[in-house]
Amino acid sequence: MSNAGQSVSLGAARNRQLRTRRFLALVRKETFQILRDPSSILIAFVLPLILLFLFGYGVSLDATRTRIGLVVESATPVTQDLAASFQGSRYFRVINGHDRREFEEDLIRGRIRGIVVIPANFAGDFASGNAAPIQVLVDGSDPNTANFVQNYAQGVVANWARMRSAEVGSRLPVIKPEQRFWFNPELASRNFLVPGSVAIVMALVGTLLTSLVVAREWERGTMEAMMATPVTAAELLAGKVLPYFVLGLISMTLCVLVAVFLFGVPFRGSLFALYTISAAFLLPALGQGLLISATTKNQFLASQLALMSGFLPAFLLSGFLFEIESMPVVIQWITMIVPARYVIPSLQTVFLAGDIWPLFLRNIAILLVMGTVLFVLAARSTRKRIG
Amino acid sequence: MWWVRLRALILKELLAVLRDPKGRFILIGPPIIQLLVFSYAATLEVKNVDILILNQDSGVAGYELVQRISGAPSFRHVLRTEDPAEIRDAINMQRVMAAVRIDATFSRDIAAGRPAPVQIILDGRRSNASQIVSGYLTQIINGLAADAAKANGRLAAPVSVEPRNWFNPNLDFLWFMVPNLVASIALLIGLVVTALSVARERELGTFDQLMVSPLRPHEILIGKLVPPMLIGMFHITIFILAAVFVFGIPLRGSVVLLYASGFFFLASVVGIGLFISSLSMTQQQAILGAFLFLVPAMLLSGFATPIENMPEWLQPISYMDPLSYFLVIVKGVFLKDLGPWDVALNTAPLAVIAIVTLSSAAWLFRRRME
Amino acid sequence: MMSSTRESGAAPYVTLSRVTKSFGASSPALDDVSGIIRGGEITGLIGPDGAGKTTLIRLMTGLLVPDEGSLSVLGFDSRSEAARIHDAIGYMPQRFGLYEDLSVQENLNLYADLRGLPLHERSGVFEELLRFTDLKNFTRRLAGKLSGGMKQKLGLACALLQKPRLLLLDEPGVGVDPISRRELWKMVENLTAEGVGVVWSTAYLDEAEACDRVLLLNQGKLLFSGPPSDLTERMGGRVFKVTGISGRRREFLAKVLDRPGVIDGVIQGDAVRLVMRSDAKGEPLLEGAGVEVAPTQPRFEDAFVDLLGGGPGGTSQLAEAVKALPAQDAAPVIEARGLTKRFGDFTAAQDITFSIPRGQIFGLLGPNGAGKSTTFKMLCGLLKPTAGQGRVAGFDLRRDTAEARNRLGYMAQKFSLYGDLTVGQNLEFFAGVYGLRGKGKSQRIALMNDIFDFGPHAKMSAKDLPLGLKQRLALACAVMHEPEVLFLDEPTSGVDPISRREFWTHINGLVEKGVTVLVTTHFMEEAEYCDRISLIYRGQSIALGSPDELKVRVASAENPDPTMEDAFIALVEQSQAEAVAA
Repeated sequence: MSNAGQSVSLGAARNRQLRTRRFLALVRKETFQILRDPSSILIAFVLPLILLFLFGYGVSLDATRTRIGLVVESATPVTQDLAASFQGSRYFRVINGHDRREFEEDLIRGRIRGIVVIPANFAGDFASGNAAPIQVLVDGSDPNTANFVQNYAQGVVANWARMRSAEVGSRLPVIKPEQRFWFNPELASRNFLVPGSVAIVMALVGTLLTSLVVAREWERGTMEAMMATPVTAAELLAGKVLPYFVLGLISMTLCVLVAVFLFGVPFRGSLFALYTISAAFLLPALGQGLLISATTKNQFLASQLALMSGFLPAFLLSGFLFEIESMPVVIQWITMIVPARYVIPSLQTVFLAGDIWPLFLRNIAILLVMGTVLFVLAARSTRKRIG
Repeated sequence: MWWVRLRALILKELLAVLRDPKGRFILIGPPIIQLLVFSYAATLEVKNVDILILNQDSGVAGYELVQRISGAPSFRHVLRTEDPAEIRDAINMQRVMAAVRIDATFSRDIAAGRPAPVQIILDGRRSNASQIVSGYLTQIINGLAADAAKANGRLAAPVSVEPRNWFNPNLDFLWFMVPNLVASIALLIGLVVTALSVARERELGTFDQLMVSPLRPHEILIGKLVPPMLIGMFHITIFILAAVFVFGIPLRGSVVLLYASGFFFLASVVGIGLFISSLSMTQQQAILGAFLFLVPAMLLSGFATPIENMPEWLQPISYMDPLSYFLVIVKGVFLKDLGPWDVALNTAPLAVIAIVTLSSAAWLFRRRME
Repeated sequence: MMSSTRESGAAPYVTLSRVTKSFGASSPALDDVSGIIRGGEITGLIGPDGAGKTTLIRLMTGLLVPDEGSLSVLGFDSRSEAARIHDAIGYMPQRFGLYEDLSVQENLNLYADLRGLPLHERSGVFEELLRFTDLKNFTRRLAGKLSGGMKQKLGLACALLQKPRLLLLDEPGVGVDPISRRELWKMVENLTAEGVGVVWSTAYLDEAEACDRVLLLNQGKLLFSGPPSDLTERMGGRVFKVTGISGRRREFLAKVLDRPGVIDGVIQGDAVRLVMRSDAKGEPLLEGAGVEVAPTQPRFEDAFVDLLGGGPGGTSQLAEAVKALPAQDAAPVIEARGLTKRFGDFTAAQDITFSIPRGQIFGLLGPNGAGKSTTFKMLCGLLKPTAGQGRVAGFDLRRDTAEARNRLGYMAQKFSLYGDLTVGQNLEFFAGVYGLRGKGKSQRIALMNDIFDFGPHAKMSAKDLPLGLKQRLALACAVMHEPEVLFLDEPTSGVDPISRREFWTHINGLVEKGVTVLVTTHFMEEAEYCDRISLIYRGQSIALGSPDELKVRVASAENPDPTMEDAFIALVEQSQAEAVAA
């Protein structure tokens, strides 16, 4: 009796040992392949750097030096003073003129973004306390820039008026809005775009690269040979996941280093939080990649699907660049199932704000649920059967 | 003779893409879905924002300010709190984008003509949106200030600003996004179709078959060039129709100009696609190559963010990007009735890009035969 | 671990009972197949492409499950006990299942771990397998950089790591030269002596002949099961070799094939081999001076063709429709003068010289990677020679114009058709590319439809055609514009013997009309159709002559009547020996 029990447990131990060895063999194989395949290096390291570079330098929502035309219809000390306020503003690069028609052509061609008109009767009216309005004509074909030009122009005028009234000693009631931008006082869009692009990089590695490699195994017939060995489907999946999980974390680390040391994005949270969040996001990303490749078994289709369901949503439907609240309700619903939506705020927080665990934990929980669902689906479609 | 061969090749290329129902779907389905979803999703507009107000003032002015903020159309939920600690929590957890704090002395200060500060605390993690929200709030506060002055019988604020939006009076984001997408999706489709065409034939071995046929290299090139351009033209047409009839975007300029420059745009796109295709040996390389071009081309084109916001040393790169020129043309023709001369100025670089990429593709094509 | 199961009556390793498997709505890939596979034997799974061989092997691995019926593999049910089966079998899929970006040793390590080979046994097993497969000097080379034959041996080694009781090999001989095939066969034969059961699927019928037992499949149905000799014996007294043919043997074969009583015939060098109908007793009556008819040993292929109802007739409608080319001057149509191609410091082809006169078939033979494709590609203008010159019909195809290319037809390996286009669209395309138009075009297309009987398939996508039809379509596309010269690159690989015969009937007919043909092939019997052959090895032409001349060169006391394959192997070995000596 005890003898039989012993041999059973010995057999179980040997089984466990075999399983571990098979798993390690798969991991080792995958690692060699990653290191030798130029396309995985390209997706995991070159592409992330290009993306980061683009978001660090190329994509900027900060309209710092927007060109505008400034029309002073009649030159008086008052209008000159107001014009000087515009010229001194760090938001505008001002081109001076005397007639708005000089600038209309430029506005159509997109050479300037707006025209500020200080009307001829402004000075006189100002003295009488009944000033004609200052016109701000903006190029509405780019609404975002148009908004900025309007807001900044309004700000310049309001400031000027306050200073003026203080000088003349008039007792205007002054309500003074004091803005404080927490976490990002210098208002650099780079500071929130770069952390967001780290998530996009992980989506690329997790979804695009993983789906390509697995589909390639189907195309080349190696999957078939594997399946006829004692390997189980779970081992096959796990053997794929671990190396790409590590690869995802490595390219994330690379991105974070570049973000902090090259772009000077502040990093206020803890490394522990950063890795926990990233790991939680890689699960659904990898699960999605595995599911795509298991269902298509074809590199072309897999790459198209990965781009369409992984990269583009991570880019457009995640709150990375575009505010989710501003989208129509139907599209807001769609964003609920985009994993990147939950990781981007967490990454922005860990970079800019620090460790805010209640926020992280909620997002991590959602990501884990998504990851589990995707893995179950992937495992189901990777049973050891062909066709 | 040559036109018989060429016609056969063009016909074949079209059939190869369009005969398979799956292929047809991939060409037509996703672009239309993209147009629909992204037109609405890709908005830098800020609305439906949640705001938190901490009003410690018991006077009329504070109440009035809260009312005005609550009534503003851009805000969805305006939450109230009594606890200053709640502000930190709500912003940290991103429950609200901004918090407004009105001090206890607010009404008294206004009545006494003293400066009355209002604190606006914004979530800098989303600095773009929060700047716009700050603009909204500042406007409301300035309005209150002016009215308060009037009510107190003092001088009204002497200066007002009258904004006027040309080309897009309501600053509707759709008017901006849809023309942008017309150009970018045409780029995406044109590039992928061409980049794959030669690589696929190489992988399947039919390329040798073409090379031993009487077709000459430049004929093969033209044969590979025409079908994606036709498909691109088809897409542009569909998108223009959708823009006008589905999205209601005004088409103010000349359609003829739009198509004429569209021709050169597609030629440059197809040139780049063929260039990538003749560089790559497998379909996978072609896909990755196209992707590697596409992402920077989109991001540096001025599609999402203006080119002038980029550092000056980076701006020259966008001179090489066909999308940056065509975006100006599409938006210009749609919204601004851009004139022939301006269209021509932006089309000329497209023609140059087309000539350069096509001739280098042809050169590579021959080199690769060795 | 393994007890010998040589003795009859032992339980079979695999039992198939009424197995049926379909994919989609088309006719079943396997239809009611029953049979057994024994240990200690090589069982051949024989049949043309698409017969269901791969499906049957996958069913035995448990990776597919049958729709109806059941399989028992080593006592395990393939449906419910697939995991147990995987523990005990070795399987080499069609493309060998190797990771091309891993080295030989890394592939072996991987599969050793996956199959649970104990660590202490490893060095011994690796040593033995590497010696066995002759890969000892290449352990660090990436699998993707190995030649076809070496890949195949490595694939086999990986399947053999934990000595399996049943070894399943799916078309291990495809695309591999005769030398590598022979070596592989020997390796597998050694295994059966240890009691391993081997399943070897193949479209090569000479391989079938060497099996202990065959399962013969055609269109999913089992036609025959048993020792191949049983089938071959049925052909006794019906196979003859005709020698001493005066005049053109192709013309002779075409005439003879159209006679009643003759069901099959092929050219063998200067001779013709004929198979008679079972009711046409006795030898065929042939007129002509000096013609001798002698009975000869039947082959498995004869039986196979007989089983499928005989080969096609001898007349090629295609050739009939072609105008005979004027038998002009004796100037060669294809000429290779010192063709040399170097890639970096590797010489793929060196100083290859030959010329082909009008109306002849010239064959390029050689092991994988020896340089025959390079030579072929230089001649048809796909590769630029580093030195030397190739001329076709007086033109240099790299430099001369479209008009020159209009004179040649090209049919590539794997029949490079446009898979997404229908049969009709493929024909239209190639007609157009070769400048046919208007009435001429529609007439030629109608003719091709007529000759090759595409009618019922005209609307099908080329990629969905059965292989035999694909090959016909590829031929139609290559000859539609009536070329003077045909370039054929392994034109019949994988197709069944009937389609192969039909193909050669057309080619023979065209050659009779004055068309010149350059062909590369792995099939030694196809080499017999050639007027002359150049055997290419290590980038050099090591032998040039007619098939009979080459055979005579290697004839010896123990092998007075060598086959083409014998000649091929002997000549290559001879060249190797010379290289070692030098």
